[in-house]
Amino acid sequence: MAILVIAEHDHGTLKGATLNTVAAAQKIGGDIHVLVAGHKAEGAAKAAAQIAGVAKVLSADAPQLGEFLAENVAALVVSLARNYSHILAPATSNGKDVTPRVAALLDVQQISEIIAVEAADTFVRPIYAGNALATVKSKDPIKVITVRTTGFDAVASTGGSASIEKVDPPADSGLSSFVSREVSKSERPELTAAKIVVSGGRGMGSGENFKLLEPLADKLNAAMGASRAAVDAGFVPNDWQVGQTGKIVAPELYVAIGISGAIQHLAGMKDSRVIVAINKDEEAPIFQVADYGIVGDLFKVVPELVEELKK
Amino acid sequence: MKVLVSVKRVVDFNVKVRVKADGSGVETANVKMSMNPFDEIALEEAVRLKEAGVATEIIAVSCGVQACQETLRTALAIGADRAILVESNEELQPLAVAKLLKAICQKEAPQLVILGKQAIDDDSNQTGQMLAALLGWSQATFASKMVLEKEKATVTREVDGGLETVSIKLPAIVTTDLRLNEPRYVTLPNIMKAKKKPLETLKPDALGVDVAPRLQTLKVLEPAKRKAGVKLPDAKALVDKLRNEAKVI
Repeated sequence: MAILVIAEHDHGTLKGATLNTVAAAQKIGGDIHVLVAGHKAEGAAKAAAQIAGVAKVLSADAPQLGEFLAENVAALVVSLARNYSHILAPATSNGKDVTPRVAALLDVQQISEIIAVEAADTFVRPIYAGNALATVKSKDPIKVITVRTTGFDAVASTGGSASIEKVDPPADSGLSSFVSREVSKSERPELTAAKIVVSGGRGMGSGENFKLLEPLADKLNAAMGASRAAVDAGFVPNDWQVGQTGKIVAPELYVAIGISGAIQHLAGMKDSRVIVAINKDEEAPIFQVADYGIVGDLFKVVPELVEELKK
Repeated sequence: MKVLVSVKRVVDFNVKVRVKADGSGVETANVKMSMNPFDEIALEEAVRLKEAGVATEIIAVSCGVQACQETLRTALAIGADRAILVESNEELQPLAVAKLLKAICQKEAPQLVILGKQAIDDDSNQTGQMLAALLGWSQATFASKMVLEKEKATVTREVDGGLETVSIKLPAIVTTDLRLNEPRYVTLPNIMKAKKKPLETLKPDALGVDVAPRLQTLKVLEPAKRKAGVKLPDAKALVDKLRNEAKVI
C-alpha cells in the first residue's frame, strides 16, 4: 500500500500544510509519496524530499501546472492514482478545489477535512461547523481525502532523503486559464501557521480601527485574523476570515477582540490551546470558550495590553 | 442562456444542532430547516444574471426527501422559473448528488451551473467540483465576483492568500463564496407567484443513477466541550496569566 500526498507549495518553497498532511498519511501507514505539481518547482520538490518519512517525491513540472488550475492538476493526479490506496491533500483552498475533481473522476466518495485516523478506511471528520464529529468508513477502493491541518502535528521538515522522480504532466485542458492574483502582502506569520493569532470582529467598528491591533500583533509576533462580520463589513480582506467557511486555526494563543463568538466563528478557532476574549458585552458567547476574558472597552483595553507587554 | 442552480435543504444556520444520545447522528426532527445559505447566494447570482438580460431561464434543482419541495418553492419565490426535485429517501452523499445533477445537465443543457461552495450540514465542499469533473467542464470555486461573456466567464475566487481571477470556458461550474452578493428577501407576492410555477419530481432510477452511499457513518459524537475560564479585571492581570499560568507568551 502506498499513499500519495499532494503537496501545497508556491513552487519555490513548500507550505507547512504539506507536513501536517504527511503526518496524517503516517497515521494511515504505508509508503508515502509526495506529488509536487507546479512549474519551476524544483525548490519545492527538493524540500519535499527532505521531509521525514517520505519515500519518494513525484515531480510534475510544466507551464500548465504553474497556476494550480484544478482541471490540469486533477488530470495529473488521476493519471497516477492506480498506484495508490490513499490520496491525501491538505484542506487548503487549492486542496479543496482539486481533490473532489479527482475523487469524481475515480468514482470515489471523498472524505473531507479529516481530523483523526481510526483505521486505514475509517476517519473522523467534523460536521455542522464542528458541533458534531462523525466517524465514517469508506467502502471505495481508493480513499480520496482532504486533511484538516490543525488535526495533525506537522512531521519534521528535515531528516528525509527521498528520491525525486519526474512524472509526465498532463496536456493543458484548455478549459480554464489564469488571469491575475491579488495577494494580501504581510510581514506577519501566515494565519493558519501562526503560533499566536490576534483577531478582530464587528466591535472594531471600522477598517481604520484595525490599526489598533497592529502594535499588539507586532508585540506578540502574531498573525491577524477576523470574524466574518468584520470581513463582510469590508474592514479587512477576505483571507483574514476565521470560521466554519473561512480558515480553521488552532494556535497556541488566540486573542478575540470585539468578536461576539457566533458558532460559525467558534468552529474556526475553538481548538486553539489558549483563548483570550476582550469584549464589552459580558454575555457574549465568546466568553463561554475563552480561558481568559476581559469585559471592557477594547479601545481602552488593547492599548493597555500593549503597554503591559512592553514591561 | 440557461442557468441551473442546485439548492439543498439543511438545518437552519441559527440552530445549534444536538447530537443524538445514541450517537447515530444529529437531531433533525422538529428543527427549523432552510435553504443552504451558499445556495441562496448561488440563486441570487442567477436571478441577477436574468435581470441583467444575460440568463434566459433559471432552473432550480434539489436532491433529497419530499420536503425539499419547500426549499424549491423558496427558490421559485426568489426568482427561479421552474424547479426539479430528485426525490430520494436515501442519504445522498456528494458524489451521488453530482451524478444526479450531471444527468439533469445532460437533459437541460445549461451553459452555467451555480452551486454553493459547501452545505453547512456536512461541510463537504465537493459537489460542484465533482459535477464539473463528471461533465468534463471547467470550474471556478469560491467565487466572489463573476462576469459573464459570450463563451466564457471571468471569475474572482477567494483563495488562501487573497483573491485570484480565472477565465473559464462555458459551459462551466461556479461555486459561490460569501462575498459574491447579498441575497434578497422573499416577498409575499413572489411567494404567491411561486405556487403557480412548475415543479417536476423525478426519481434517481429514472435518471439511471445509483445513489447508494459509499461512506458509512459509524457514529456521531459531540466534540469535547471547552470550559469557560476566568474573567480578569484588566490588561495587567491578563499579561500575568498569559506569562505565568498559561505560559504562552
